[in-house]
Amino acid sequence: MRDGWPAEPAIPVPPAPTQPSIQSSAAAFLAGLLASCRSVFALVLVGTYVGIGALGHDYGFSLPWLIASTVLIWAGPAQVILISALATGAALFEVALAVFLSSVRFLPMVVTLLPLLRGPRTQLSDLLVPAHLTSASMWVESFRLLPPLPREQRIPFCNGLAIGLMLWGHIGSVIGFYLAASLPALLTAALLFLTPMSFLVSTARNSVTLANRLALALGLVISPLLVYFQIGLDLIWTGVIAGSAAYIVQRLRGAS
Amino acid sequence: MGRELTPYLVLVFVGFLPNEIWRLLGLLVGGGLDEDSEVIIWVRAVAVAVLAAVIAKLVLVPPGALAAVPLVVRLGAIGCGYMAYALARQSVFTGLVAGEAALIVGGLLFPS
Repeated sequence: MRDGWPAEPAIPVPPAPTQPSIQSSAAAFLAGLLASCRSVFALVLVGTYVGIGALGHDYGFSLPWLIASTVLIWAGPAQVILISALATGAALFEVALAVFLSSVRFLPMVVTLLPLLRGPRTQLSDLLVPAHLTSASMWVESFRLLPPLPREQRIPFCNGLAIGLMLWGHIGSVIGFYLAASLPALLTAALLFLTPMSFLVSTARNSVTLANRLALALGLVISPLLVYFQIGLDLIWTGVIAGSAAYIVQRLRGAS
Repeated sequence: MGRELTPYLVLVFVGFLPNEIWRLLGLLVGGGLDEDSEVIIWVRAVAVAVLAAVIAKLVLVPPGALAAVPLVVRLGAIGCGYMAYALARQSVFTGLVAGEAALIVGGLLFPS
């Protein structure tokens, strides 16, 4: 094995030198799964999904439905919007549009994650699972953990990481669902507050370039203004206006 | 209409598909982009700004039980959390704990 020969030379093994071995992929997946346990987001996701589990229980959704929503949507804000809007009787089209708008961040997230994941032999189909598993937590942790890894290990590692983070979310949902009956309102509020609080500090921590720091600051200011003046598509407009302004400032600084 | 099935159809058509479109678009758009290209730098800034908008909306127009906490407490708590994060040499955990503590103390002091 050490020098590359098959362990059992009597059994003809079809040579597959261009493919990463199943063993190394499984090891990378497991490493990702374990990395999720050491991530600050494990705690954050438990907390966030305790809040979502409690919200779902209060609004009369079943636990299997909540778990399925996490598997299929895997976006805290979108799930909170879906649950609360459905429960408060909004029209289905309106709910769909709100979920659609709340999730626009996944487009740039997937676009920026792809170059990190893609190797010379990566197929589009290999990227379907990591694209579906892309979330704010997975995105932040991928940028921290993937760059030192060899290219062929990154996709399985990333899948393991995201599925591990999702399992922490499921644990939170179960806890929240069963705590909901006895959880004081203020504690539920504190658990729902975990999402904006953790997203703010982790995004601030991860924004090392001038453009990203400015985009964060401008986005925090512009978004409430657009919401206040009831401008439609406020998430998209905030992203385009604040993101572009921040990008232009960085370009001008770099050019001078 | 089966009582068992309908909520899952709603989940797929109203939750899953509108959400998943962006990930699939990202997969298609991202086909030929380089990690350090200008477009990627711009798109990354847009992503951060959208995330900032989600953060702001979760604090200003919050879901469920969080809406029962007065706005001034929510704003004070997110400010406390950020200050603690910055003072503690960018510790995410310190920021979280400080923000949560401020929200709970504020919620107790200013019940809605």
